[in-house]
Amino acid sequence: MKKYDAIIIGAGHNGLTNGAYLAKAGLNVLVVEKNAYIGGAAVSRELENGWIYSNCSYVSSMLRQTIHRDLNLTKHGLVLVPYLGTVNFGDNGKPLIHYHDGNVGYNHLRQHSAHDADSMFKFQADLTRYAQLIRKTLMRTPPNPTSFKPRDIKELLWLAKQFWGLGEKELYEYMRFFTTSAEEFLDDYFENDLIKAAMASPGIIGTALGVYSPGSAYILLHHVMGDVDGNIGAWGLARGGMGAISNAIASAFKGFGGEIRTNAGVQQVLVENGKAVGVVLENGDELRANIVVSNLDAKRTFTKCMDKKDLPPGIYEKAKNFKIRGSSGKVNIALSGLPKFTNLPDNKFINQGGQGFVGSLETMERAYDCWKHGLFSDDPFIETVIPSAWDPTVAPPGKHWMSCFVQYCPPVLANGGWNAKQKEAFGQSVIDKIERYSPGFKDLIVHKEIRTPVEIENEVGLTEGNIFQGELTIDQLLFNRPFPGYAQYRMPIKNMYMCGASTHPGGGVSAACGANAAREILMDLRKPNTVPEDSFYDE
Amino acid sequence: MNTLMNSNHDLAAAYEDEQLQVTHFHARSSKFNIREAWTAWNGYKFADYYYDAQYEYFCVRNSCATYDICPMQKYYITGKDAMTMLNRLVTRDISKLNINRVTYLCWCTDDGRMIDDGTVFRLSEDKYMLTSGSPCIAWFKKAAVGYDDVEVTDVSDEIAALAFQGPTSCEVLKKMGLEGIENLKPFNIMHFPFKGDSDKKLTISRTGFTGDLGYELWIDPSQALDLWDELYLAGEDYNIHPYGETALNMARIEAGFILPGTEFNEALKTVHLHHDQTPFELNLGWLVDFKKPHFNGRTALLKDKTDGPEYTLVKLDIDGNKAADDSYLYDSKKCKNHIGYITSTMWSPVVKANIALAMVKTKYIKGQIWAEIYYSKEIRPKQKIVECTVVNKPFWAPARARATPPLRY
Amino acid sequence: MNHYDTIIIGGGHNGLICATYLAKKGQKVLVLEASTELGGLAATREFSPGFNASVAHTLSHFSAKVAKDLNLAAYGFDFNAAPMTNIALNSDGEHVIVEGWGASSKLSGVSDKDKESYREYHQLLKRFADLLKPFWLKTMPRIGHSSLKESLTYAHLGLKMRMLGKHDMGEFMRVATLPARDLMDENFDNKQLKALLSWDGLIGSKMAPRSPNATILSLLYRMSGKYEGAHALPKGGIESLINALKSAAITAGVEIRTGAKVKKISIKADENGLRSEGVELQSGEQLLSNNVASAVDPKRTFLDMVGAENLEIDFTHRINRLRCEGYVAKLHLALSDLPKFTGLDSLDGRMVIAEEMDSIEFAFDDAKYGEASQKPVMEIVIPSLADSSLAPKGQHVLSAHVMYVPYKHKNGWTEEAKAELYERVIDTLASYAPDIREKIIAGEILTPLDLEQQYHVTGGHWHHGELSISQMLMMRPTYEAAQYNTPIPGLYLCGAGSHPGGGLMGGPGHNAANEILKAKQ
Repeated sequence: MKKYDAIIIGAGHNGLTNGAYLAKAGLNVLVVEKNAYIGGAAVSRELENGWIYSNCSYVSSMLRQTIHRDLNLTKHGLVLVPYLGTVNFGDNGKPLIHYHDGNVGYNHLRQHSAHDADSMFKFQADLTRYAQLIRKTLMRTPPNPTSFKPRDIKELLWLAKQFWGLGEKELYEYMRFFTTSAEEFLDDYFENDLIKAAMASPGIIGTALGVYSPGSAYILLHHVMGDVDGNIGAWGLARGGMGAISNAIASAFKGFGGEIRTNAGVQQVLVENGKAVGVVLENGDELRANIVVSNLDAKRTFTKCMDKKDLPPGIYEKAKNFKIRGSSGKVNIALSGLPKFTNLPDNKFINQGGQGFVGSLETMERAYDCWKHGLFSDDPFIETVIPSAWDPTVAPPGKHWMSCFVQYCPPVLANGGWNAKQKEAFGQSVIDKIERYSPGFKDLIVHKEIRTPVEIENEVGLTEGNIFQGELTIDQLLFNRPFPGYAQYRMPIKNMYMCGASTHPGGGVSAACGANAAREILMDLRKPNTVPEDSFYDE
Repeated sequence: MNTLMNSNHDLAAAYEDEQLQVTHFHARSSKFNIREAWTAWNGYKFADYYYDAQYEYFCVRNSCATYDICPMQKYYITGKDAMTMLNRLVTRDISKLNINRVTYLCWCTDDGRMIDDGTVFRLSEDKYMLTSGSPCIAWFKKAAVGYDDVEVTDVSDEIAALAFQGPTSCEVLKKMGLEGIENLKPFNIMHFPFKGDSDKKLTISRTGFTGDLGYELWIDPSQALDLWDELYLAGEDYNIHPYGETALNMARIEAGFILPGTEFNEALKTVHLHHDQTPFELNLGWLVDFKKPHFNGRTALLKDKTDGPEYTLVKLDIDGNKAADDSYLYDSKKCKNHIGYITSTMWSPVVKANIALAMVKTKYIKGQIWAEIYYSKEIRPKQKIVECTVVNKPFWAPARARATPPLRY
Repeated sequence: MNHYDTIIIGGGHNGLICATYLAKKGQKVLVLEASTELGGLAATREFSPGFNASVAHTLSHFSAKVAKDLNLAAYGFDFNAAPMTNIALNSDGEHVIVEGWGASSKLSGVSDKDKESYREYHQLLKRFADLLKPFWLKTMPRIGHSSLKESLTYAHLGLKMRMLGKHDMGEFMRVATLPARDLMDENFDNKQLKALLSWDGLIGSKMAPRSPNATILSLLYRMSGKYEGAHALPKGGIESLINALKSAAITAGVEIRTGAKVKKISIKADENGLRSEGVELQSGEQLLSNNVASAVDPKRTFLDMVGAENLEIDFTHRINRLRCEGYVAKLHLALSDLPKFTGLDSLDGRMVIAEEMDSIEFAFDDAKYGEASQKPVMEIVIPSLADSSLAPKGQHVLSAHVMYVPYKHKNGWTEEAKAELYERVIDTLASYAPDIREKIIAGEILTPLDLEQQYHVTGGHWHHGELSISQMLMMRPTYEAAQYNTPIPGLYLCGAGSHPGGGLMGGPGHNAANEILKAKQ
């Protein structure tokens, strides 16, 4: 029987990235994927003839451009196209439009609040400063603060130096920012409810926290620290849908000799003498390898794919306690035409951007309260994008599709599990809200796909449908991710690694987790490092 | 059917919200903009130049010219605590500023880093007008926290303002019938009934940003076009012409005036530690009055003064005629030890010199300063190392600019 | 005119402690208290004829060092009271009871597994609390200056963390910022127990079980005391502590004036800058001193007494943005007799009404939007059982902290709104003590707004400022005022708004006195 150098569980973008760097180093690598298609949560699916949904993640900003360039993803078919602006619809009145042009944007903000238009400059400068520091850590392995190894001490000192470089006051402000709520953070800059709501939106996406919860300010940063061509906070579309990213990485992986097997769900990781030696597939096939890398989330890896008795004491409990809460839903809608929004100029650049539907922090927080009660909100926060307005490859000409990301949607409803009726009602709540801002929207609907955390878990494999593979709170960030002592991609079982978003730097289509894990694996195997150092636009 | 692809789609309506604002003088000034050379300032459509930048520059130096300062930010600070609030905000002592006087000043962060510079006008006992190049309302509102009776109002869009500069400017204003204008001293304010109507007030301050004789005219927007017409009628025989940003920039470098984003980074918009400046670094120590017991940044500034600023802004006369844009400065021709950088540079047509403003590490100011200049000759890059001389006085400071009444042009 | 070494504004426990330390070192010290009684939120006052109560109704982490340094035992403060039994009430009478504390505690109403977990949980937290303990009574130096003091303090902290060992150190860094809910869920099954144990991290704050980042630190702070997180009522009640502090102060030579409300801190302004030179009283009287130490909350100290015109703009902004809105109301009931709580024989414990963590969470949700909780949660003590002088013979006082009651009611705190809240709280009580209404002679509920007005504490916040990470340690209340000295030379902070924070602890007063004495040398 063939023995691989490495088997990677899960053909999501991080698994494929990990595979690509291992294969590049000359390893014989197999990626096994439970679905018939690859991509995990960075996937394009044609569920209605002619319409291609990015039915999980839908926009790109965090993908490390270093990796894009290093793996030559453009050659493998990836084109990332930035989009220009975003609109935020308040509860009534004039929507807030983020224009790409500085002077135009300033004028528009000034119509909402002269104070906030001015404050926005400081806000952007501060956020850029925060983002620049975090960005430097994305492609580095977190130090273990409890270790005395020279490497860890060196890395800790490096980290300290970065923080010290902020100067005393900014250091305090940074700590505040890191631990505070999106509300408190934004109150420092803005007075206008709609502007605050618009700026807070990234602070709740994917998380089981509300805008009033301490810690939500960091989530906000997590979503804006990416960039497209050096524009921090800008977002883009992957031409052909988010699957184009996974496909390009897969193509690079195969180019290095890697092998992908689909319809190959893993039943269990094989452990012998305390060492991972391979996997058993759901169909009973046994595959052997020198190392096993899990791209699944930490909870699934240890509680579903491993035998508890193979684990050192305490690990099962850590995995069980790993916070990975489903809080988001998604509705993908195929449309016969471009929706028109009231109070919005009939301007194609605006339609090519994103839309946010929520007018105040209170509305956002109340939506979170519903989630706590095990309900989906009847007045949800929705972030939508119409990729087809800018990407000609994802819908027939003149036709469109809209990605609706919904916060919050509980993995379990208070009155029991999800059923078809409740799922429909959830989808309807989203459509109804959009209809309020776009009369006639319903008549444009050709097809829709409603995804509650249950569908996301079942199809993608993310526990509870958590899009980050684990909450991004301080207790699960950096050297705490996924658990203290195991943040360097090595798992408690010998020859076993993790490379998914449950590891540093966390969720988002960044490919950094996969690349970081590859660097660590190659180090253990005493192979030359194939993973590039991150290059920065701003040093 | 979506309307976006429709050929009848009303593009003007679709992009209406995206049009830059136009100033109160736009209906007139735009007629002069033969070259359609527009840029933007604070969201306003703004002329880079109108006909020819060099011509406009010489209007300022040779005859007279107008500069549309509507986009400049203007704030009223009013109330019983206005003076106390302002005096803590800015580094100069304005408690002695009399009514109808103007002064140039700057304001700093708690750490003594410059946020912006501008002018303050005392309009009455409890009313001041503060002007600045960039928006500052958020900071001013912060600065008003804790006072019982002070209000900060953004009146940027509600006042029409026109700078009127050049040797013949006073003559033109006299011709407009503004009696006594020749007696207006620098940094003083006078009020006139506009077109003889006492309900329409024209306020004139003897201020400007060109280093030459000049005034700034302030009026209600409803009277803006009339003011333009009156002024241009009176100035017809004196070669009146509008000037744009390029000409202004030339004039202000000769006068040694600083610009945000060029000589200094506005502190509140600065991302990197200490990439902003203190007034001492900008050679504006004279704006910092330590006799005042307290003002924002005092402790930090006192330390900066005592320790000596790391950099100091200097005026340089550079050998040769090649513009030293973005050049590094060195302490010897060998270009080993990097001691500073050029912030603004130009060939001065009136002085006939290659001049520049530069930030130089304070301890090297007295020594040799060499600039490494890159330029291009028909596409081929060229490099040159030339010596620079520190100049202490402004490159251009005619006596008429300060004399009252102004000297004969 | 009298010239003092130090004038202390505010005769709460921190003010008195700071004053006594200074006086013991020979300083001439004056304490000014706006109210007629000393003690601030711990002052005992008559809320109904013959019935007395203090807002603070138990002791948890009062500093043993302070008690010893000031010899409080000699002045009648009994620091040896046994910890109170903690009781998580259940309306069916099936209470969860934690008797004693720590290793020697006895739990009832929970599974054996939870009992075992509790022991482990407590030991772990105790190790963490012990790690932090020395730092509550230390000035936390500024960071980023590479000064010797800074290096030593933080190296000490780093060393202590290392000494926990790899596993505990890793856990410490994870657990420190966990929401209470997660920590409880990780450890226990019993809902009431989880609610009860999370309560101590949440009480007095604008946080609920799901709020990350500061709850566990709050809990560890409270565990730093003698009772390791449990509460106690000394013989003679809270009053005995305040009286002992007062006697200690007077014996040390401190001059105390009550009913002396400070209007402003006098600031000398000249070419040398600013310097505090004393205070001006509401009466117009001027008092001079070398130093002024304010035990009053930072917002009031800086914005009202110093004035923005004497401060830097961003500093003022940071004081202005301090989170110090209280979310706890205080209920005082004058009772004709002890009420009967279903299924409970003895009422000398600390009874918590919060049947599960969600009860706390959902009560919090109402308050977020400016409404008092529809289903309030609360902590109840009958202080008259420990101090019979609080009520006429045979009669009793019930004291309860009721959460969550916002400082700012969205429609304003009208009499009707207060009456409605009072009724709601009594109704809640009645479902645990059905006969309570029959026993009530009189009652009052003090919203945070009332606390602000009666006790001169901004926002009616117990701790003068939320114990959130950005308002803790070297950031409490904000940088540039976190080492007890302030931007105004000669002006110090010594109240709960400074490190380590609030509660009847004494740390701020103790630490501030150290800084004042050091500056003098």
